[in-house]
Amino acid sequence: MPRVIACFKYSIDASELRIDPSTRKPVVEGAKRKTGDIDKRAIEEAIRVKERTGWTATGLCVGPQAAREAAREALAMGLDEVYILSDPAFEGSDTLATARLLAAAARKLGDYKLILCGEMALDGLSAQVGPRLAELLDLPQVTYVRKLSVEGEKLTAERDLEEEYEVVEVELPAVVTVTREINEPRLPSLRDILRASKKPIVYWGAGDLEVGADVVGEKGSKVKVADVYAPEVKRKGVIIEEKPAEEAAEELVKYLLQEGVLR
Amino acid sequence: MPSIWVYSEVQSVALELVRAGLQLKQATGWSLVSASLGADALKRAEELAEHGVDKAVAVSGAVFEQFDAEVYAKALAKLVGSEPTLVLVGGTKRGKELAPRLATKLDAGCVTDCIELSYKDDMIYAKRSAYGGVAIATMVSPLPLVVTIPPRKFEAAEKAAEKGSVEQVSLELPGPRVKVVEVRKKEVARAKLDEARVIVSAGRGVKAKQDLEMLRELAELLGGEVGCSRPVAADRGWFPQWIGLSGVKVKPDLYIAVGISGALQHIAGIRDSKIIVAINKDPEAPIFKVADYGIVGDLYKVIPALKNAVEKAVRS
Repeated sequence: MPRVIACFKYSIDASELRIDPSTRKPVVEGAKRKTGDIDKRAIEEAIRVKERTGWTATGLCVGPQAAREAAREALAMGLDEVYILSDPAFEGSDTLATARLLAAAARKLGDYKLILCGEMALDGLSAQVGPRLAELLDLPQVTYVRKLSVEGEKLTAERDLEEEYEVVEVELPAVVTVTREINEPRLPSLRDILRASKKPIVYWGAGDLEVGADVVGEKGSKVKVADVYAPEVKRKGVIIEEKPAEEAAEELVKYLLQEGVLR
Repeated sequence: MPSIWVYSEVQSVALELVRAGLQLKQATGWSLVSASLGADALKRAEELAEHGVDKAVAVSGAVFEQFDAEVYAKALAKLVGSEPTLVLVGGTKRGKELAPRLATKLDAGCVTDCIELSYKDDMIYAKRSAYGGVAIATMVSPLPLVVTIPPRKFEAAEKAAEKGSVEQVSLELPGPRVKVVEVRKKEVARAKLDEARVIVSAGRGVKAKQDLEMLRELAELLGGEVGCSRPVAADRGWFPQWIGLSGVKVKPDLYIAVGISGALQHIAGIRDSKIIVAINKDPEAPIFKVADYGIVGDLYKVIPALKNAVEKAVRS
């Protein structure tokens, strides 16, 4: 059976990330994680492609064991199966190592027609894994897609660029990265959630994938994080509340004059 | 000796990369080389050679007619070769889909949206946003490395005293697998948000397109431009671009967020503003947490009142 694959990341939820006030470093340990909203669109789009083509919809996620939570949600939305690529040896993977793991998993699954990724992940925002995966699998890439359709072996997609929309066609298989606008992800019902509990979540570790131990994980990563800090936001926070609009506006203008930002 | 390559499909951005490259050249002593691909490649290479690169390489050919990341990555990988290299790519959307593909071909690391670059002990240090814009990360990598630098991060390089060499190269490349069948220009004119001194920005709280008029009037009065948050551009199509991490990053003296709740991605795009003003009817809106001044109230009352108050202040 041909496959549509959705890649997603069990990302750190930056909006809930705590910053240690003394070191100004984000507290990553134990931070809340979830599937980013753009990745969720990749999952939703894979389900829509499955509904139109009858292909198997497979999820791929490089992440910790706890990514099971994200996998459950993706299955409840409508994916048929999720593979979590998880191994202590994969930890610290940069974008290249992550793409290598995904490529190895896609090869092992076989018969992939369409690989969908979010334009960027919620935490890293690197926007690299899609194009890297395309290169590793020697596939064409179509990025920033806000609309797509699959007919037979042909994909038509509309790309959102700075100055224009670009409509392209490509023979499948291909790697596509999607934007936030491509769809509105469905909210699974209780019935969907119950039904999904029977669907497979499979863990693949180092022994399951044909990828060299020296090219994945921290050891196999070219780019490392030397330092992370959260710059302090020094804003004045003067909030004018419960005043008539005229009064509030005049007060604001007074402040802006003091700041010297009105000409 | 390693070399620094610069490439952007937008010539003005390529000139900015030359300045970034010259700074690194000074720190490392490496040579600075530019690549120009496609139509006018030679003309563009001549210009880059006049602005400080040691060597400007030009490759023309019908294969470059359409920007295809795969084909362009192949071309650049051939030019760069297997020597240790730092490649600076202009961080346009096209540049950002090209860079990771090129990096994979070179078996190299890649850092996108780099805001600062330095060199120490044979390693490149590159700063960028992390965790949705909450933090700044310093990434470190040996060569080879591909880096994208956002447009206008650097000023364009100035004319150099000495002109670099220009070299024409021909490459055998297969054509693109992706076929462009239609290009539709975005209808609304692009405001120069990244250079604006004042920005009045519309969020989801602005209900109808014609309501933008009052924001425009206020912006005009303040000598600024009107911008918007992502949903207003991407979902409603009222603007060709939005302000935020995935759109334009801005740094005006005065940023007025009107009916914008303040999603993390948006806040990351306005962080460098001197003064941030928020107008929102929801006192719990996250935008107030990053605002210097805020008015909790109905924008449909506050904006006209603000216009009057500014007019009065400017007159006196």
